[in-house]
Amino acid sequence: MPQSTRTAARTLGVALRAMVVLTLLLGVGYTAVVTGVAQLVAPAQARGSLLTGPDGTVVGSALIGQSFTDAGGEPLVAYFQPRPSAAGDGYDAGASSGSNLGPENPDLVAAIEERRAQVAALEGVEPADVPPDAVTASASGLDPHVSPAYAALQVPRVAAARGMSERDVADLVARHTGGRGLGFVGEPTVNVLRLNLALDDSEG
Amino acid sequence: MTGLLAVLTLVAVLLLLAAAYRPLGDYMAHVYTTGTDWRVERAVYRVLGVDPRSQQTWPVYLRSVLAFSVVGLVLVYALQRTQQWLPLSLGLGAPSEHLAFNTAASFVGNTNWQSYSPELTLGHTVQATGLVVQNFVSAAVGMAVAVALVRGFAARRSATIGNFWVDLLRGCLRILLPGALVAAVLLVLGGVVQNLAGFTDVTTLAGATQSVPGGPVASQEAIKLLGTNGGGFYNANSAHPFENPTQWTTLLEVLLMLVIPFSLPRTFGRMVGDHRQGYAIAGVMATLFSASFLVLVALESAARGTAPALAGAATEGKEVRFGIVWSALFATTSTGTSTGAVSSMHDSYTALGGMLPMLNMMLGEVAPGGVGSGLYGMLVLAVVAVFVAGLLVGRTPEYLGKKIGPREIKLASLYILVTPTLVLAGTALSLGVPALRDSVAGTSIWNPGVHGMSEVLYAFTSAANNNGSAFAGLTANTPWLNTALGVAILLGRFVPIVLVLALAGSLAAQGAVPATVGTLPTHRPQFAGLLAGVVVVLTALTYFPVLALGPLAEGLI
Repeated sequence: MPQSTRTAARTLGVALRAMVVLTLLLGVGYTAVVTGVAQLVAPAQARGSLLTGPDGTVVGSALIGQSFTDAGGEPLVAYFQPRPSAAGDGYDAGASSGSNLGPENPDLVAAIEERRAQVAALEGVEPADVPPDAVTASASGLDPHVSPAYAALQVPRVAAARGMSERDVADLVARHTGGRGLGFVGEPTVNVLRLNLALDDSEG
Repeated sequence: MTGLLAVLTLVAVLLLLAAAYRPLGDYMAHVYTTGTDWRVERAVYRVLGVDPRSQQTWPVYLRSVLAFSVVGLVLVYALQRTQQWLPLSLGLGAPSEHLAFNTAASFVGNTNWQSYSPELTLGHTVQATGLVVQNFVSAAVGMAVAVALVRGFAARRSATIGNFWVDLLRGCLRILLPGALVAAVLLVLGGVVQNLAGFTDVTTLAGATQSVPGGPVASQEAIKLLGTNGGGFYNANSAHPFENPTQWTTLLEVLLMLVIPFSLPRTFGRMVGDHRQGYAIAGVMATLFSASFLVLVALESAARGTAPALAGAATEGKEVRFGIVWSALFATTSTGTSTGAVSSMHDSYTALGGMLPMLNMMLGEVAPGGVGSGLYGMLVLAVVAVFVAGLLVGRTPEYLGKKIGPREIKLASLYILVTPTLVLAGTALSLGVPALRDSVAGTSIWNPGVHGMSEVLYAFTSAANNNGSAFAGLTANTPWLNTALGVAILLGRFVPIVLVLALAGSLAAQGAVPATVGTLPTHRPQFAGLLAGVVVVLTALTYFPVLALGPLAEGLI
């Protein structure tokens, strides 16, 4: 073998051994250590922040949004509705995705118009009063939150459907509203699944 | 209100980074210069058969970098192509040849472009033993090359620029691993999942079935950001609530992306024996970063364009918990570094807003750039700026006591030509060759009109600059785009590395020119301003025509 080939072969040998050692340390070892520590210090979060319903069965994750529609896809009026979703057929947690529709895409323009009309009809308000997050899909398609404005818009409809006072429902919304992180990070949120669970609980 | 929040946000983030600048920068300088090895490192050197005290010339250093990367490429490709036989693969088969090539190139090249939807394509074994490992080592390679260049500036008449295997191992074990361990645990506390489960079916409150995903996500998320990699465990990347569940985790994730690139100038200043040089570089990075962020917030808040105006705000493709300001901060951070993670969908940004992430990449990712690659990119631009200043005043250009002669300026010039050539050639081929255009326009492009052209331009900009973010409507999982983008990633990563290491060798061989009254001081605002100007002008001249065809046409007409 010429000298240059021998040198190249030797370097590749070192590289291969380095890759094997680092795979064991950083791929297997690191992942195992983090998994072990996570199960010890925060098992609930590590498993997905799962929530249980009134009967004790798991109904989803506090972090993952879900649809509140009937089998025909119509909104269930007794529940707060989440944002539109582009994940699969809507809130498909196995296929997270945004719509990726551009700002001038006619499909997006049409979708926004249609959603605005639907939300306005469902809530019995003027189309101009429908907030932006109610007519746009999130980045993940699994956004667990709506804005406080969209939650407030839904209070009268949910209260009427459940025979509750608007004030009681608004109180529940307030209790499930989070502010900005550390006072300045992000935007205020209302967690839809937690709020709807609380509504079911309050009816007992 | 939005403007105030944006300024407050920027100040808070810069203050946190400033707090880390000295301790982390000094620590990294110590890591790369100390003569002491850890016991575990000595054991690894024995396995490798490497003498940690031996020094490498630049061709030997380069050969080591390339050999290590070739092995990584083959390994990640092989892991994917045998996925059906691997444990914890969730029943997933092997990706196609061109997709596996693209993914291997992408992760070895610190790009993490993803032509695939992870939760539908890759099981836990490939993600942890293939991709996570590359998340560490590709970042460590970037830092090693940057440190080798800094040694070139610091050395006096030296034939060598360090030992790659030592730099690689120390970068992994002493910088990235401890940082990732701490960050991963913090992320779990914030709600990022970390388990070995597959999908768990639950019955929702409305009575439907939802498959809640699992996976070792926090461990991958931590190094994905700390190493400015950006490859998501899930398709929605850092917008997915299991990757980035809360507002404070997004703050943590932004800091993870920025902390090493913004602290490396301190490492540089310390190693060349003049901290003021580090402050000048960091100052230029921070200025460009701040300007880009504030412009993006202004554009997204203005919500120009048909759909954003109709909706009342540019909320399409953004999560409620992040809002406009923090989506914009994440986007600026991710494309100003070489990360490419997203917490909002850039494809749905306003037309001009969507141009900003592209511009950040087109600047060459130096504000502040990827781990290592940001520093070496900025130092090459500093060499060009010194040369321009020398032309203006008619003096021999010098930087840090090194003469910038014909060889140095040729290497620097070639460096700044590599990525624009790849970006523009790739975009032109995709849209100009009829057979390729049929595939790109028929299958890949998602949005009609000029926005579709922006998707293709974004893809090649992202690949050649090793970013990895996308106008994600683009279907890149086709034989042409997988191959072309994979090649662009490899050339965009390794050709500049060849040039940087050659430059390091050339600089190291020189003695030091003593500073005189005629020497251009490179630590003052005057030079920092010149450097920032060079960065912006080079980018503007190169890319203005193609931007006029895409985002400018969409946003201004």
